[in-house]
Amino acid sequence: MAEDVWILGIHMTKFGKHPDKDTVDLASEAALNALADGGVTMKDMGVLAAGSLMSAGGGIGQQLQKQIGQTGIPVYNVANACATGATALRTVVMSVKAGESDMGLAVGVEKLAGAGLLAGGSRKQDSPNWTPAGRYGAVAAVDGRIGTETMPGVFAQIGMEYGHRYGGTSFELFARISEKNHAHSTLNPLAAYTKRMTLEEIMGDVMIAYPNTRPMCSANCDGAAAAVVVSGSKLKTLSLEQQRRAVKIAASVLTTDPWEEACQVLPNVNTLTRNAAKTAYEAAGVGPEDLDLVELHDCFATAELVHYDNLMLCQEGGAADFFSSGATWRDGRTPVNVSGGLQSKGHPIAATGIANIWEVCHHLRNEAGDRQIAGAKVGLAHVIGLGSACGVHILEKAAA
Amino acid sequence: MAAQVPLVDYLVLGDEPHLVANECTECGARFFDHRNACASCGGTQFKKVDVATTGTLRAFTIVAFAAPGVPVPFVAGVVDCDGTSVRGNVVNVEPDPDHVTTGMKVRLTTFPIGTDEAGTEAVGFGFEPAA
Repeated sequence: MAEDVWILGIHMTKFGKHPDKDTVDLASEAALNALADGGVTMKDMGVLAAGSLMSAGGGIGQQLQKQIGQTGIPVYNVANACATGATALRTVVMSVKAGESDMGLAVGVEKLAGAGLLAGGSRKQDSPNWTPAGRYGAVAAVDGRIGTETMPGVFAQIGMEYGHRYGGTSFELFARISEKNHAHSTLNPLAAYTKRMTLEEIMGDVMIAYPNTRPMCSANCDGAAAAVVVSGSKLKTLSLEQQRRAVKIAASVLTTDPWEEACQVLPNVNTLTRNAAKTAYEAAGVGPEDLDLVELHDCFATAELVHYDNLMLCQEGGAADFFSSGATWRDGRTPVNVSGGLQSKGHPIAATGIANIWEVCHHLRNEAGDRQIAGAKVGLAHVIGLGSACGVHILEKAAA
Repeated sequence: MAAQVPLVDYLVLGDEPHLVANECTECGARFFDHRNACASCGGTQFKKVDVATTGTLRAFTIVAFAAPGVPVPFVAGVVDCDGTSVRGNVVNVEPDPDHVTTGMKVRLTTFPIGTDEAGTEAVGFGFEPAA
């Protein structure tokens, strides 16, 4: 029987603009505070996994060690698109489960404030001579000529496709999802944006890729998050206070997208999420109905809708009705993105997959202040990175 | 008539322009790009097959914000061409949700995208309303 694994300490920095801090400063802040939160130090860590997607070649793990402790432990620098943070966490979880270490640190950090479109953001000038190049033998840039490579456009189509298959969606419905998340963010002092927005303001804002207007898109910002993972047997040797605040990682799952017709022209974010969720529910021995809160990857309002279905929070095809019932508001049956989600909390890519764990842990520890979901015992955190990778973690409050 | 070249090698020009796919001879999975092996079954043999030139618009977005140099707004979509999904722009239609809807019938069309220094014209493709 493999070891149980627990979150011993966890921290997220304020998300937003940090012009006076670089990625290593932000990663250090998150890491040192996560260690302090767990009542441990770098000397106790047996493994470090770290990610910073936009500087993935830079060795953020070793850079971080130089600032907080070069103890000689193995470092895994990970990059897995928007699932980078979840992948760092899962790397540490695997090390602890395998018995290679009894404690480890996972860190995700990104500096993105002021960044524009992150894909399809540039188009080279057409060559003076048409010469076929690449796997499609293209003689010129295809973004904008054969569909779109921009993320708002890709995820807009994913939401529209769901609507085509099952019905019930509209521009207004997608905007209402964003309205919910912006309303939730007003209770989160660490969110990049904490302004409540009316439906009219959201629908009337700058259109990016129909039906996603600007406030319906994830916010580029700076931020970091870090988590200390401990084995169940090691946790038993720690103080009662540490044991009381520890949060059990009941499931840690990573999937990629299996081949399906159409996945070559529009990424399929559905099947790999559904596969991850199924595996996670089975591993944790819980079902969607047991979840007290969910932090899911609302990189765009159109994405949140499809993930209600993919995470089986609703009946298949019933995401629009599920949302319209009010279920995913913070006072609903299954509160989703009470942090404000990526649309208002912000999306510093590699930090996101640990920041959503931090949010869930905060509630399970009954430390979420004004936005506490009363009596929360079980929560789920989900991220997806295009390419694709999906991370799902199910977390449980300590029994003590 | 000036020499023409297709924007991508899976577009076949001529009297009846159409798209071609690399179809796995083992499992029938179709790919528009060059593959080393089949992502579905691992097979390594492919044959060229013609893709239907009419289909149904299954998903779309109206891109209003894109990279500098990309004219906006434009409609990007996914068309189900008799079981083969194709990415392309929806053209010859007003780019607004009153005129573009999922489920609409569309057909392949081609158009010049520019001429290079040698006088060769590059030809792209899109889908236009069929009704």
